[in-house]
Amino acid sequence: MEEEKNILEKLSCPLPIADYDTVTMAHGGGGKMMNNLIEKMFMHYLSNTMINEKHDGAVFTAEGHKFAFTTDSYVVNPVFFPGGNIGELAVYGTVNDLSMCGAKPIYLSLGLILEEGFLIKDLEKIIISIKNACEKSGVKIITGDTKVVDKGKGDGIFINTAGIGIVRDDINISPSQVKEGDVILLSGDIGRHGIAIMTTRENLDFESGIKSDCAPLNNIVQKLIDEKIEIHCLRDLTRGGLGSALNEIASQAKIEIEIEEKSIGVIEEVRGVCEILGFDPIYVANEGRFIAFVKKEDAEKALKILKSEENGEFASIIGEVKSKNKNGIVILKSLMGAGRILDMLSGEQLPRIC
Amino acid sequence: MKYLDEYRDSGKTKKMLDAIHRKVTHDWNIMEICGGQTHSIVKYGIDELIPKKINLIHGPGCPVCVTPVEKIDKAIEIASNPNVIFCSFGDMLRVPGSNTDLLKVKALGFDVRIIYSPVDAVKIAKENPDKEVVFFAVGFETTAPPNAQAVSLAYQTGIKNFSVLVSHVLVPPAIKAILNSKNNRVQGFLAAGHVCTVMGYKEYEEIANEYKIPIVVTGFEPLDILQGIYMCVSQLEEGRHEVENQYARVVSRDGNLKAQEIMYEVFEVSSSKWRGIGEIEESGFKLKEKYKDYDAELKFGVLDYTIEESGECISGLILQGIKKPGDCPAFGTKCNPEHPLGATMVSTEGACSAYYLYKEKKIL
Amino acid sequence: MCLAVPGKIFEINDSDELLRTAKVSFGGALKVINISFIPEAKVGDYVLAHVGFALNIIDEEEAQKTMDYLKQIGDIE
Repeated sequence: MEEEKNILEKLSCPLPIADYDTVTMAHGGGGKMMNNLIEKMFMHYLSNTMINEKHDGAVFTAEGHKFAFTTDSYVVNPVFFPGGNIGELAVYGTVNDLSMCGAKPIYLSLGLILEEGFLIKDLEKIIISIKNACEKSGVKIITGDTKVVDKGKGDGIFINTAGIGIVRDDINISPSQVKEGDVILLSGDIGRHGIAIMTTRENLDFESGIKSDCAPLNNIVQKLIDEKIEIHCLRDLTRGGLGSALNEIASQAKIEIEIEEKSIGVIEEVRGVCEILGFDPIYVANEGRFIAFVKKEDAEKALKILKSEENGEFASIIGEVKSKNKNGIVILKSLMGAGRILDMLSGEQLPRIC
Repeated sequence: MKYLDEYRDSGKTKKMLDAIHRKVTHDWNIMEICGGQTHSIVKYGIDELIPKKINLIHGPGCPVCVTPVEKIDKAIEIASNPNVIFCSFGDMLRVPGSNTDLLKVKALGFDVRIIYSPVDAVKIAKENPDKEVVFFAVGFETTAPPNAQAVSLAYQTGIKNFSVLVSHVLVPPAIKAILNSKNNRVQGFLAAGHVCTVMGYKEYEEIANEYKIPIVVTGFEPLDILQGIYMCVSQLEEGRHEVENQYARVVSRDGNLKAQEIMYEVFEVSSSKWRGIGEIEESGFKLKEKYKDYDAELKFGVLDYTIEESGECISGLILQGIKKPGDCPAFGTKCNPEHPLGATMVSTEGACSAYYLYKEKKIL
Repeated sequence: MCLAVPGKIFEINDSDELLRTAKVSFGGALKVINISFIPEAKVGDYVLAHVGFALNIIDEEEAQKTMDYLKQIGDIE
């Protein structure tokens, strides 16, 4: 009977959306489940040439100019974390998505959903952070919206930002531009943001100096462009970490990527917490790091530029594009030299004992 | 990080690998007991770097994998109670029960919390006197003393709204069951280093003698595992069958007596069912009579459950080392980490999950 | 069994008999770990931590022996 039911379901729905009746936390984790939801439901209904690019932002032409447009929502808990708060995340996140398209970010919109009972003084702190973040990244907020929901219906505060930027005519940065032989650079050490959040969770009880790496990336990207580095693709690392970003590009660009594990920088404290919780730093969230696929000949120069940045101490060359026209695969060479497949994260990483 | 980095050093591991290559002349089947060792082996590619003559068989050392379906179903039933705060290690959340899993129960709005340490559950009970707090006490002998300490703490401080759902399993009976099975091909064991940190390795001496099989207590970092393999292969090549201790920096013959004392104060040995394998005598723990008020199965009346397992999942055969994940027709297709058919695919230490994460595309 | 991580004892809290704990450093990040299984532990010791409990003190001498053993095998054959 069960089997029959399954066969019937298969016949009537050629694109089974999900085997879950309800949304789970894993659907927001930045890994496979979220990608499945996007592919099988959102893209199924909303497909068009621009959204199909699946890049961080959409680039389009209007009145003879190239623009980039993006949106992102911020639901982080706790709202205030070591190294920042939801306000600057909301600005930098969208600024960074625009930069990843090669755009110069100019304007943002700001949508706030506030939960009844949220402290006004906390709201003010967040707004001040937003103001400072805008100044630091050279953007302006030009429109906004505010809503309040009943107590219990929102996690304190949710923020949505949408952003618009200008793309120079000669800039074409997207997964489709990646070429065989491209070198992959990582702008700094990984894992700070995710671990900073983890250490504040009450039941985990850590004391550490780890701060979120939350930062705008448009200035450094502009520097690379100004120095004539031939950039083919950029991707900022967010949820799902470096591992997910590499897989996304590999699958969108249809390439085989090879990465050296020993070249990936992780600071001691982040490592310590990851070891205790059983986390792989390669999948931990970041908010101020990106990967760049550049022409091989420009790699060393690009690395120098990245290293000269404020947080660029651990910038490194982590790998290369081995070949094009594959199904999209990331190979990680371990410390011992053996290669293994680095898959997209499944669901979200949970602290483990085993 | 000290005591980690030096055991992951590529120069040292290369030396060890070369030594293994020089040593081995025959084909050997070696089983690493612990899921954490499997994880390391697959993550660092050790199984690809050692000589082809050595076949590493992945053992049942993943308490998450061997927790019977009934226990998961009981956990789900208890957790689906609005008056309960259900605390568990993260590993258990995605293990499939008969119909659903704890993560989905959490998604439905029930209070399911991931904790790092069992004493955190006692703390939660203290802070929420109007709720019943239940802790899913899973693990091998390694986790039993901490779990016992939590129960002891609750008992001594008079915390009554706390109970544990016990699913503890013991390693030596599992080794014997594997060695007694007629399909057994295992010729040597890498014993679980952290289990032995607590229990010592006295109990393995009789097994090594009776079955004439080398057992090397082994750690978890690549250098530890390679050294363990080297020591085991050396014994096999030389026709010896002893218990040796590679992980001597934390394991002693008697183990940690204080930890054992606390463990046996709260728990006693009982028969236990292993998912995919079946019932093994004297292979688990249950709470002693003195602590029966802390037994969640009694408190919530979830005593009688019998479940039949899915036919497709061959995790039992994988746990016994008889088949490999690639042999399973459902591997990577019907069965994957998002939709696991059995625990070996869900648990990060499960053989199927390890294979999927690191080798999937090669096999498929 | 599985995930146990080495860390260095930074500070010991002797105040509670049942919950004798220590702040243990893992790469610089401090976590409170129960040390009731290792009553002889002192500040500066390295311990192996599993689910918030120290299972044992790491024996530096034995650790050194492991490294020496490796040298032996590497050199002899």
